[in-house]
Formats: sequence, structure tokens, C-alpha cells
Amino acid sequence: MKAGVIVFPASNCDRDAAVTLAHVTGQSVTMVWHKETALPQLDLVVIPGGFSYGDYLRPGAMAARSPIMRAVVEAAERGVRVLGICNGFQILTEIGLLPGVLMRNAGLTFVSRTVGLTVGTERSPFTRRYARGERLHVPIAHHEGNYLADSETLDRLEEEDRIAFRYTDNPNGSARDIAGILGADRNVLGMMPHPERAADAALGSTDGWRLFAGLVEELQ
Amino acid sequence: MSVDADPEEELTIVGDPSTEKQALDHGLSAQEFAEILRLMNRAPNLTELGVFSAMWNEHCSYKSSKLWLRKLPSDGRHVICGPGENAGVVDIGGGLAAVFKMESHNHPSYIEPYQGAATGVGGSLRDVFTMGARPVANVNALRFGAPDHEKTKHLVSGVVAGIGGYGNCVGVPTIAGEVTFHPRYNGNILVNAMTVGIAPADRIFYSAADGIGNPVVYVGSKTGRDGIHGASMASAEFDDATEEKRPTVQVGDPFTEKLLIEACLELMDEDAIIAIQDMGAAGLTSSSVEMAAKGGVGIELVLDRVPQRETGMTAYELMLSESQERMLMILRPGSEAQAKAIFDKWDLDFAVIGETTDTNHLVLIHEDDCVGAIPLSALADAAPVYDRPYEAPPALSPIMGRDVSEAMPADEALRTLMASPSLASRRWVWEQYDNTVMGDTLQIPGGDAGVVRVHGTRKGLAVTSDSTPRYCAAGPLDGGRQAVAEAWRNLIAVGATPLAITNCLNFGNPERPDVMGQFVYCLEGMAEAAHALRFPVVSGNVSLYNETNGRSILPTPTIGGLGLIDDIDLMMTLAFKAEDEDILLLGRTDGHFGQSLYLALLAGREDGAPPPVDLAQEARVGHFVHRLIRDRLVTAVHDVSDGGVAVAIGEMALAGAVGASLTPDLETMDLPLAALLFAEDQARYCVTVPAQLTETVLAEAADEAVPVTRLGKTGRNSIDIAGCASLSLEALRASHEDWLPKLMSGAL
Repeated sequence: MKAGVIVFPASNCDRDAAVTLAHVTGQSVTMVWHKETALPQLDLVVIPGGFSYGDYLRPGAMAARSPIMRAVVEAAERGVRVLGICNGFQILTEIGLLPGVLMRNAGLTFVSRTVGLTVGTERSPFTRRYARGERLHVPIAHHEGNYLADSETLDRLEEEDRIAFRYTDNPNGSARDIAGILGADRNVLGMMPHPERAADAALGSTDGWRLFAGLVEELQ
Repeated sequence: MSVDADPEEELTIVGDPSTEKQALDHGLSAQEFAEILRLMNRAPNLTELGVFSAMWNEHCSYKSSKLWLRKLPSDGRHVICGPGENAGVVDIGGGLAAVFKMESHNHPSYIEPYQGAATGVGGSLRDVFTMGARPVANVNALRFGAPDHEKTKHLVSGVVAGIGGYGNCVGVPTIAGEVTFHPRYNGNILVNAMTVGIAPADRIFYSAADGIGNPVVYVGSKTGRDGIHGASMASAEFDDATEEKRPTVQVGDPFTEKLLIEACLELMDEDAIIAIQDMGAAGLTSSSVEMAAKGGVGIELVLDRVPQRETGMTAYELMLSESQERMLMILRPGSEAQAKAIFDKWDLDFAVIGETTDTNHLVLIHEDDCVGAIPLSALADAAPVYDRPYEAPPALSPIMGRDVSEAMPADEALRTLMASPSLASRRWVWEQYDNTVMGDTLQIPGGDAGVVRVHGTRKGLAVTSDSTPRYCAAGPLDGGRQAVAEAWRNLIAVGATPLAITNCLNFGNPERPDVMGQFVYCLEGMAEAAHALRFPVVSGNVSLYNETNGRSILPTPTIGGLGLIDDIDLMMTLAFKAEDEDILLLGRTDGHFGQSLYLALLAGREDGAPPPVDLAQEARVGHFVHRLIRDRLVTAVHDVSDGGVAVAIGEMALAGAVGASLTPDLETMDLPLAALLFAEDQARYCVTVPAQLTETVLAEAADEAVPVTRLGKTGRNSIDIAGCASLSLEALRASHEDWLPKLMSGAL
């Protein structure tokens, strides 16, 4: 699997994502600068966590308008897998690849902790290695992770089985405990928790590893 | 060396001579102004006076502390660079070095807590990446006033949000720290921020300029009027009009800092930089003066070329602005274009604003006029050094176990202590800091030390921050020893070899002999401990004049300790791991209750001498614990500090969700139960040992003359102290975790 990571100014989980991807895929990972206008041939595009453009204006708002994102949208429409983690999830909602918004946490403070998740669906290239209802432990670290969409959208996400992960103990006020959702074609995933920080036994959890391993397997 | 060209003979310096009154307004004394007149052979103009005041204030010149700082040992087997540079550097093997520094940002944080704390983090980060290191961990030590003081909640929430807002954005994990409350910080909180970075050991960047005619380059944010005279403010006492100083607080922009880190590290991969220095306190003044003076060259700056955010800035303002996220570099001639391309890529300002000269003067040009020409020797080397008068602190009597009546049953005392402002969980604070970004965090806050893996290796760096100000107030000599010893102990407890320390020396007004006495004796104690434990001081910072309306803070020498774990498989944590293991106390218990939290919180007594620190014993017990960890004979280790043995056991039990049953043989020990459980004797650790290994550990301890007390066994989900009611972990956890969130939500 050929994976690429988009690098915005003040992305700060770009290296973490690349380290995990290189480990899982056994291949080098392409870092794509935000000023580029085209993507190389990739099977997976990761939009990493961080504070792209300082989160000024609104998290993800400026990154969504950067040159590279037009190419990412086109790739997603062609079926390329796109994974947005944390700030990446915020960017995917800003650009409209995923519905809803991520508001400031209900507690109004930044929250950094390892949270419990349940797997909402195994029906996606990202979650195929998990069992529906399985419990995972994955770190979160965000200030704006409070997912909100209108109730019609939320109902549709549930009906279409597009809720990839839910919090077991909601840390940020997200509607229906949503931690991650899939796009309509199931090739785009946005999630606030950081699977790349849960893919190394030395760090305490390997529950995020299968997300990446499942993507690799699916392409074989 | 050739005879210096004297620019003062060739140039006409514009601007009216300044007066003694202006000098006093700048925080200089009349004697200091007279000395400036003598050194200059004329009266400086206002810009020049501003430059002098910035360089000669306490914050930049260390004029009250310098004599005593020299006593701290700074050499050691691992030391690559000691004090005097932006940060200290130690060898961690494998061709890598750790670069680390602690900085105070006390006064700005009291005036504007969010920005004050945020820019404190920014400053300590810059000190580290300036030397070529990628920052890998942040630590902070925070001291607030009484929890019920009207300002405390506002200050806690602002400072914590500011530290998080900055550190989280730049993407450096915050892995350790301290938060304490005491009424002596009501009017003057302390915010000490520490950063650790990793660099190739043979690619460390220093600040001494070199060569003549080399370009002086400014990079980073534009310069505005923020923070003018911040360093002078940091060198003055507070009074009730302090909030009027708000315009002198700088504003941080972590986004630009993150870009600056990446751009500087990218340029450092090229062979372009001769010298580099961040613009911290006193901005362009201190960075240009220090680089030139260290390199023995002159420097000429054309101030019109400084990137500016505001219009109409004067030379005075440009030289004294403390706008954040700026760096000054001396480049190799011809490398400007290559360097500029990197800063353009990161959308950062880049400007050649001057050059090195052979004049040995700082020469300032603005709007085609020479607006300043000062001999560098006058600014750097001739800054005053004071041998301030000091008083020896009064000797207090120790308070021993037999002098203390039991305030309440031990189980109740333990629960009360662990729910108190001094010992309650700080989770509410550290969950606002990203602890796991960079993907190498092995221990988050809540243990004895934070630990990060050295990226791409099997090594770990352990970091801790420690000081016990109430000990330092009651007995500065033992307090100074204890601060260093506790940092050393915390590193030992996670399986690290302690390497070196940085510090922030936070004290009151050094012009008061009693405060100067605290400083002198604390430093003496620190120096003794650093010698005895081979734990050199490689960087640091001094913050004096921490007083409000004539009342000083508790003397607070914050020690930032760094240790190395050779193999992360041998990292240790404090959590109980399994049931039915033996709990042993290593080290000697005499029952010292002076200045203990037991007396302060349960009997309302803050008196007596602090526990003495026997440095030989400290080293012996510590080395023994280190060996037990290496030989895999222990399964959990926790140093014994605030609150004594019972609190250590409580923390180990909560961390592991495994209880303990304590059945010590008090008769043989000839100690009251409370003294064993709550006295604060030093050089002690609680460890757990699988039952089949206990005899081995006891025999080895006897061989090494390390005293051992069998405390009991791990197990169940409660803490059961012989003769007391059972304390469930659930109840203990609730009282331990609830206090701070309740305080901050207004529920207390």
C-alpha cells in the first residue's frame, strides 16, 4: 500500500502518522506539502492531526482552502482511501467530504486522555479488522472534538451504518457519542481519536494498529 | 588584535543626553547611572539608556546572584555544554545529546495568565531549538496562592490554558510537572517552564558570533510594541498597581513558533549558521549584545530593516520590544539566499539587518542617523555584580514522632491528606496538555517522572521537576539539598540514571538580607547535593523580586532533572502490579515531622526544621534501588516525599488499582504508627517485590547497609492499615480525584 501524509503548516502528527504507516506497510511514506496542487499515485491519503494554520479562524477552515485539498477531494471521489485524524477530521468536515461540524468540547477545555471506543461498524476498509461492538482504547487530544450535525443527518449516518467509532464515556459532548464517521462511499473516515498513537506496545495500546493493517490487507 | 576603530569618534550620535531621573525610571540606581557615564565618557541618549537598563537589570545580568551561582558544580562526565548558553547540553550516547532548559515567566503570568504562561513555554522551547535540538518534551512547575484566594481560580485556569494552548499547538508533549498552592504566592504566582530536546551531539549550535562583515539575520515574527521593558518588569516588585503593567506582557503565537522550529532545524541541516540566539528577554538588545560580546566582535544594526508590525516605531522601541517568536543569526557570507529560501517556504520573515564589525561596539542606525554606539564591554562584562549582604537563617528545632499526637486514625488521615489541596490529583491540569503527541511518550504525568523514548532507539529520557518551598523557607540549606535530592530520587524511581539538572531560582527581593540569606543557603545546599550525587547544573534561570507589597514568596528553587534509561524495557513505574507482593520501605525512618504535610494539614502547624538530608545515605539507597530495577527484583518503585509513606502507598495503589495491607512491626522499630506512615524523612523509596524474591532483596540490602522495613502486602481493593478501618480504593480515588475539578467548577 502506498500511503501519503499531507503536511500543513503546524501539522504536528504528520511524523507520527508516517512512522506508523511505514511500520505497517513496510514502505516509505510520501509527505505531501500543502502548497502542492497534485497528489502522487497513492492508495491512502492521511490528513494528520495538529493545528493547521494555527487553527486560526476555525480549526480546519484555512487548511480546507489550501491548494492540495482540491486534489484530495478529487482523489476521494475516485475512491482513494482518505483518513482524517483529529485536525484531519475537522478539515474533512470543513471541506464537505464528511457531514457535520466539530465544535469546542462541552467542558470548554482541551482534553488529552486515553478513551474507550466501541467499533460501530466493520463495514469499511478502515474497520474491517475489528468486530462490531468491540471495545478499543485510543488516545484523544483535542479542544474541538464535539461532533454535531442536525438530527436528520445523524439519523442517516446511523441508518447507513456510517458511524465508525463511538465513545464509551463521552469526553467532549459529541452527538450520539460519535468519535468517527465514514463518508457515503465508505472510503473516507474522519475520527478524533489518534489510532497512530495506539499502534506500538511500548506506548500502552495497539488497538489502532488494525485500522492500518486492515487497509493494507484489503489492497492485497 | 588590531586597535579598535572607535565609531564614537567618526559618528555623530543623535538624541539628547538622558538624565539620572530617566535612569531611575528605567530601574537603574543612581550609582549604576554614574557608572554608565564613566564607561561611556558621556551621557547616553534614551535609546542607549534603554539598552543599558535592559542589559543591567537583574533578569539579564544576574547581578545579585552571579557570585553564588558559581558555586554550583557544572562539570560532569556527560556534560557537553554547561551554563552560559541558551540551554545545557548532555551526552546521551549513540551520537545524540539532550538539550534542556527551564525558564521562569512569573510576573507576566500573574498580570495576564494565559499569555504569560504561553510565552513562557515559547521561550523555553526557543532556548532548546536554538541550539539545534528538536524539542521532545515539556515540563512545568506552577505555584499558586491559597485555593480560596479570590484570584487563584482565574490564575489556574488561565495559566493551564496558556501552557496547553502553546505546547499543544507546537506539538511537543507535556509529560511532567508540579502544581502547588500556598498563600505566600497569593500576589505572585510562579510559572516555570522546561523543555527538553534532542540533537546530534556533534551538531550543537552556539551563540558566539565570529568573523567580521558577516550578515546578521533576523527571522520569525515581525516586531511590534509588545513587551517593551518586560525584563525590567521581571526585575521589580509588585504592588497593587501591577495590573497597569499589562501592556508590557508579550503575546504568544504558537503557530509561528512551530514554523520557526521547522525552518530553523531545516536550515541547521545546511552549513550556513555561524551563531544563533533567540530573542527572549530584552529582545534584539540582549540577543545582539550577547552574540557580539561572546564572539569578541562588534555589531552594527540598521533598525529600519527590522520587519515591523506597527508603523512609526522608534529605535528605542525596536531595541526593547519583546515580541515573541523571533531569532537572530549570524550567517556564513554567501548563504543568505539559501537560508532565505527556507524561511520563504515556511512563510516567515527573513531580513539581513546588519553585520559583524571590528569596532567592539554595538552601533545602531535608524533613518540614516546613528542612534546609538555603546562599547560592548560596558554592556556585557562591566555589568555590576553585587555581593549583597545576607543573614544566616534561624535554626529551627526538629519535631520528632514522639512530639506529635495522632490527629485522627491513620486511614482517615491518609484519605484527608490525599484529598487536600497539596496532594489531590492534578489530572484536571495535565489532561489539558497533549501528553502523547510525537508518539514516544512512555510515562505521562502522575508518576515520579515523565518518560519519552528517544525517537527511533530503545533509550528513554526521564524528566522531573521538584522543589519543596516550605522546607526551603524553614531551613534553606536542607531545603536546597532536598530539592536536588528529590529530583534525583524521582529519576532513580523510574529506572533512569540521573544525568544533570536545570533550575529556576525563584526568590524575593535580594536587597533584603533575610531573602538574600535564603538564596545563599539554598544554593549552598543545592551545590552540596549536586556534588554528592554527581548531578551537575548545566543551565538555569534566576527570578528575584518575587514580592507583593513587601511580602516575599516562599523561597522556591525549582529543580528540573534529566535522566537516561538505557533500555526502555527496564523502565519502572509506581503502580502496584499484582496481588500478594511484598511491600518494602527502603531507607531509614527516624520520624521527622517538621514542616510535614501531616502537621500542616491535620494540626494546622507549619513549624519545625525540615527533614535533614543525608547525602551519603541518599546516594547509597538510590544506587541500591537503581540496581534492584536493573536486576528486575522489584515490580513497582515510588519515592517517598510529601505526606510520607502512607501517601506513597496510596498513590501506588490507585495507579495500579490494587490495594495494600500494612502490618509493620512497630515494636522493633520503636516508632509510633503515625511517624512511620506520615513523617517525611528523606532518602526513602517504597518498592514491591514478588514474594519469592524478597529474601534475596533483604540479603542484598543488608550487604549494602540499606535499611529495610517490611510494610505489608499488596492485594484486594482497599488499603488496610493494622488497627484501623479499611479504606476502599474507590473512596480514596473519589476524594483524591474530586478536589481540583470541584475547586475549578466553583463547587467548593
